[in-house]
Amino acid sequence: MARFILRRLFLLPPLLLGVSLLLFTLTHLVPADPAKLIAGEHAGPAELATVRKAFGLDRPLPEQYAIYLRGLARGDLGTSMRTNSAVLDDLRTYFPATLELTAAAMLTTVAIGVPLGMIGAVGRGGVPDILAQFASLSGLSFPIFVFGLLMQLTFSRWLGWLPLAGRLAIGDSPPARITGLYTIDSLLTGNLAGFKTALIHLALPTLTLALASLAPTARMTRSTMLEILGQDYVRTAWAKGLAPIRLYLRHGLRNALIPIVTILGLQTSALLGGVFIVELIFAWPGLGLYSVQGIVSLDYAAVMGTALLLTGLYVAVNLAVDVTYALLDPRIRY
Amino acid sequence: MLSSTRVSATRATVRAAGAGFLALSLRRLTRMPAAWIGGAIVLLLLAVALAGKGATPFDPLRIAPADKLLPPSLLHPFGTDDLGRDLLSRVVAGARISLLVGVLVLAIAMSVGVGLGLIAGYWGGWMDEVIMRTTDIFLSFPRLVLAIAIAATLGAGLYNAMVAVALSWWPWYTRLVRGQLLSLREHEFVQAARSLGAGRPRILVRHLLPNVGTTIVIQASIDFGYAILATASLSFIGLGAQPPTPEWGSIIAQARNYMIDAWWFPTFPGLAIFLAVLGFNLLGDAIRDAFDPRLRSSR
Repeated sequence: MARFILRRLFLLPPLLLGVSLLLFTLTHLVPADPAKLIAGEHAGPAELATVRKAFGLDRPLPEQYAIYLRGLARGDLGTSMRTNSAVLDDLRTYFPATLELTAAAMLTTVAIGVPLGMIGAVGRGGVPDILAQFASLSGLSFPIFVFGLLMQLTFSRWLGWLPLAGRLAIGDSPPARITGLYTIDSLLTGNLAGFKTALIHLALPTLTLALASLAPTARMTRSTMLEILGQDYVRTAWAKGLAPIRLYLRHGLRNALIPIVTILGLQTSALLGGVFIVELIFAWPGLGLYSVQGIVSLDYAAVMGTALLLTGLYVAVNLAVDVTYALLDPRIRY
Repeated sequence: MLSSTRVSATRATVRAAGAGFLALSLRRLTRMPAAWIGGAIVLLLLAVALAGKGATPFDPLRIAPADKLLPPSLLHPFGTDDLGRDLLSRVVAGARISLLVGVLVLAIAMSVGVGLGLIAGYWGGWMDEVIMRTTDIFLSFPRLVLAIAIAATLGAGLYNAMVAVALSWWPWYTRLVRGQLLSLREHEFVQAARSLGAGRPRILVRHLLPNVGTTIVIQASIDFGYAILATASLSFIGLGAQPPTPEWGSIIAQARNYMIDAWWFPTFPGLAIFLAVLGFNLLGDAIRDAFDPRLRSSR
């Protein structure tokens, strides 16, 4: 097991290298000139030259890439041309917000999607099943940005139950920073009012982000459960007179977990894509907002830093999925 | 003489078997309610798109400041936008754009993806290694994130957004085709073609491509709705279609600023996207289930 994890981790550096090369090529293909953007419309050639020199833009591309890689090896992701601070510090600021939102959406997906699929499988062909299937297909087809706007309209504007956007209300100060996740930090410091604020701000973006992942999770749970409930050992369990709830959870769900974990791993990719749009709609100060602004202002270092971090995260999630397999099914060994 | 008769007889058998498969699959398709509902939605969309300008009550670009942000009425069933343009006309005009987007995105993604998949699967060796490691890099990003990055590089615009979505999708087709070729290339008919002196391009195009055709078409029918959705998402972020183009995602982006007073402004184009994607999803899933019941999953 340890060897398997190590082997997978060894593959990470070449992958990151490939990603950085792809992105470096992509971002530097942009015909626009970032120096002009920084120095302003009316900057003279002398000022442009100074800016170019300061950010190393005057060197040939391969040399720029080599410099970037040398920094990367030391853990230096460069300086953001937009915020003028180290990209690593920026990531430290913005990443917890994205992590909190994505994790909350993943929890919601599991908490709603799995029971929805089980209801479908247990009451196959009945009204709840048809409703659950219809709901999941609708969720799959609903554009996340339309859903987000409708949620804002309904819950903030009309009902007034939840805040429109942001991580905190204007004037609120964030809880003392331990992890950077507001819900957890406020709990750790015993700040219950802060926890409540963080939670109600998290509600709408989380639900919006989870929408697209709910459907595949529910569908996968349903089909796997259906397959398992048709097995001989399930019939035996019925014959023994096992209580239905015990049967569905111990014999059904437990054996269905591997495909469910697989689809959850795949959904992480969907969540990390959706988070860009959700952060934009809900003015959520996370990586999505940071990198979209970075893209607009041709902030190469910021975009590359975000992408490398997301890639690493994605690889880590896939690795966690594989490790979970072995924990769920003792027959699986690496 | 004798051999040519035998060859044509074999051809006839093969053709009959093929027709049987098609007929059987189509019959299976017509028995699925999802196929009928999805098909009806897609047909409606096609009809609206083909009718084009003739079907819209107003010019989708006609600005009428006096009529701005009117709620839905008989004259304007979907209401009007901030510049007094008729939203029904704009949504109808958007149908044409979205269908075109779906077709073009898939055409680009498929030509790149299938081409590279054929090469990787048939040649093998270092060529396979290079192509598959490249797909690994592309697949190590969330799809939409990659599309956003590419669209940003190419610059905002509908055509660039389509190229960006397509470029973030080709690796899926490459993997699909390569996986199938790995087993197909060992089949006897490939050996037979080779021993008859057929060159690699001919074997690829005439013998192998038709055999992966069904799988590609099934995948494309499932992806069509998502191609529309992804491109609309880019337009919403501001990287796709630019105003005043009546593209659904771009209309919704403009609607954001007015949605508090005008719920109809984002709602109707939003429903249009939902309906279009739902229609293609229903139809795509049904086609997959009908043509390849083994692939039937998660339903």
